[in-house]
Amino acid sequence: MTKYTTPGVIPATWLVADREIRMRLRSKAFLISTGILMLLVLASIVVGGLVGANPSKTSVAAVGNAVSVARGIPSFDVTEADSTQAAEKLVRDGKVDAAIVPVEEVDPGFTPGAPQAVKVIALDSPPVSVIGALSVAPEVQLLKPADQNAGIVYLVAVGFGLIFFVSAITFGSTIAQSVVEEKQTRIVEILMSTVPVRVLLAGKIVGNSVLAFGQIIVIGLLAGVGLLATGQDILLADIGPSIAWFVIFFAFGFVLLAALYAATAALVSRQEDVGSVTSPVMMLVMIPYFLVIFFNDNALVLGIMSYVPFSAPVGMPMRVFLGTAQWWEPLLSLAILLATTALVVGIGSRVYANGLLRTGARVKLKDALAR
Amino acid sequence: MLELHSINRSFGDRRVLHDVSFAVADGRMTGFVGSNGAGKTTTMRVILGVLTPDSGEVTSDGTPITAAQRARIGYMPEERGLYPKMKVREQIVYLGRLHGMSAKQADTSATDLLERLGLGERMDDTVESLSLGNQQRAQIAAALVHEPEVLVLDEPFSGLDPLAVETVLAVLKDHASGGAPVIFSSHQLDIIERLCDDLVVIADGEIRASGSREGLRAEHALPRYELQLDGDTGWLRDEVGVTVVDFDGGYAVFDVDQPATAQRVLQRAIATAPVDRFAPVVPSLAQIFKEVIQ
Repeated sequence: MTKYTTPGVIPATWLVADREIRMRLRSKAFLISTGILMLLVLASIVVGGLVGANPSKTSVAAVGNAVSVARGIPSFDVTEADSTQAAEKLVRDGKVDAAIVPVEEVDPGFTPGAPQAVKVIALDSPPVSVIGALSVAPEVQLLKPADQNAGIVYLVAVGFGLIFFVSAITFGSTIAQSVVEEKQTRIVEILMSTVPVRVLLAGKIVGNSVLAFGQIIVIGLLAGVGLLATGQDILLADIGPSIAWFVIFFAFGFVLLAALYAATAALVSRQEDVGSVTSPVMMLVMIPYFLVIFFNDNALVLGIMSYVPFSAPVGMPMRVFLGTAQWWEPLLSLAILLATTALVVGIGSRVYANGLLRTGARVKLKDALAR
Repeated sequence: MLELHSINRSFGDRRVLHDVSFAVADGRMTGFVGSNGAGKTTTMRVILGVLTPDSGEVTSDGTPITAAQRARIGYMPEERGLYPKMKVREQIVYLGRLHGMSAKQADTSATDLLERLGLGERMDDTVESLSLGNQQRAQIAAALVHEPEVLVLDEPFSGLDPLAVETVLAVLKDHASGGAPVIFSSHQLDIIERLCDDLVVIADGEIRASGSREGLRAEHALPRYELQLDGDTGWLRDEVGVTVVDFDGGYAVFDVDQPATAQRVLQRAIATAPVDRFAPVVPSLAQIFKEVIQ
């Protein structure tokens, strides 16, 4: 009289994943923190665009003949002064960054009003921007021009690092809490008697990966639209391929971390213990973040990072962005990541299955691996 | 028919189940009785496949039970648990769907069950907002939502007030009358006494007694009778083959050496004074339980 047959592995996994997603989307804390993250991304792009579009002008005071010289330079905001003394006073009072006054004894070789005919007065250090604007620059030939501007490299490094870090921590700890919630409320016993343990684990990983992935894609779209809207489309063309690699690496890298979070969380039975038991996994997430921020200009460190599975999701896209990776390198690194993910998911599901029914004291990793 | 054959299970050095064997027959309510730590929960977990036995097997109608058959069991674990922040109906539906029901079937079944269990007005509240007794009813709905073919219930009545016990009993009996084997454990021996057709007693991981309630009673029945007379019963002490256990004016409880002795006593009693009551003393489950777990 069997009326209902148990769902297959995939529909059952999806049911579990669907519940994870629905419950998360219902959580106010999650919605608010996502909103804040998006606002931050948008704000940094808009602010960056504004700063880039309007470089701030240098304020200078000019006297007599120097006025026409100063007015000839677009980056100066010129205040006219009646005398050299008045101009000096403006500098002392901090009203202007520097003063440009005519040289009293003009070399007969120079025409009045030429840059050579003026003197720059500043308070405590030579005003580089003023001197630069008034000087004649020699011709410069770069033998090996840098592919990317150092400031942008740093921003991109922080961007990849931060997004990976925030998403992995947010959704990793969500998985950990969800595992312990089921263990703590003992519903896990009903679930285990209904569907195979690996379906439970897979559902959790899939559900949270979908959320993490969705968040990354929304952030990516937001960043893209933001860059276009603020007229920074050149940067977008530069960064596009590395964003694509980042998304691919993130997808598998997150599954790896998710399995680790689920397995370690299954060792404890109370929410209070989640933090301490998952802290080694947290370290695995934090180390690449700090490394990429401090060593984004160090080819050796980046090279190693781009092959170590835990840091590859940050390291390899960074190298793609810098143009230091050969075409096959992301593929090789991805293969290493995939193999590691498969291995860790295998071990993780064993630890998870063994940890689930052992409530009470923290389960030793050795025992959880045993049987 | 659900059968356990020589199940052994140890946790580390501690042997929790020793050669546990018994059967749960179709359409019979089987009570599973034992002290705390006797092995009830472990046995139920083995039936459900949540725990793997070290040796022995569980069979369904004579063949080893399959995962698909296990999924047709309705299970209520001893340690109650539902998602605290999920709505009652939502999670009963979720559990139903995990068992393979369509969203619509699960919703119909969940709504129907929750109404019958008296939770009709609280269906869309979160579990954590319910009282303990109501959480318990929700737990029963969780065990029954997929119209299970076998019921395994660990302490289904603990924490319920007498009215709720009646409600739950009615729902369970409904399910059992469909021909499903039902096994449940309880500390409330009076409920088991009222409800169970069969009984399994476990102590220290060993099955001490199993069989029909009446059979067990007969097996453990002493040749003991009680007599209530409208007169003095002092003469009983002088009857051959009679040992008086309790005596109070017109009332006496006594053991006899053979059935014929009881008949002789009855005849003499009728001759002496009007007999208000003469009956064999049937041991209560509590007595049998105490006796077999010694």
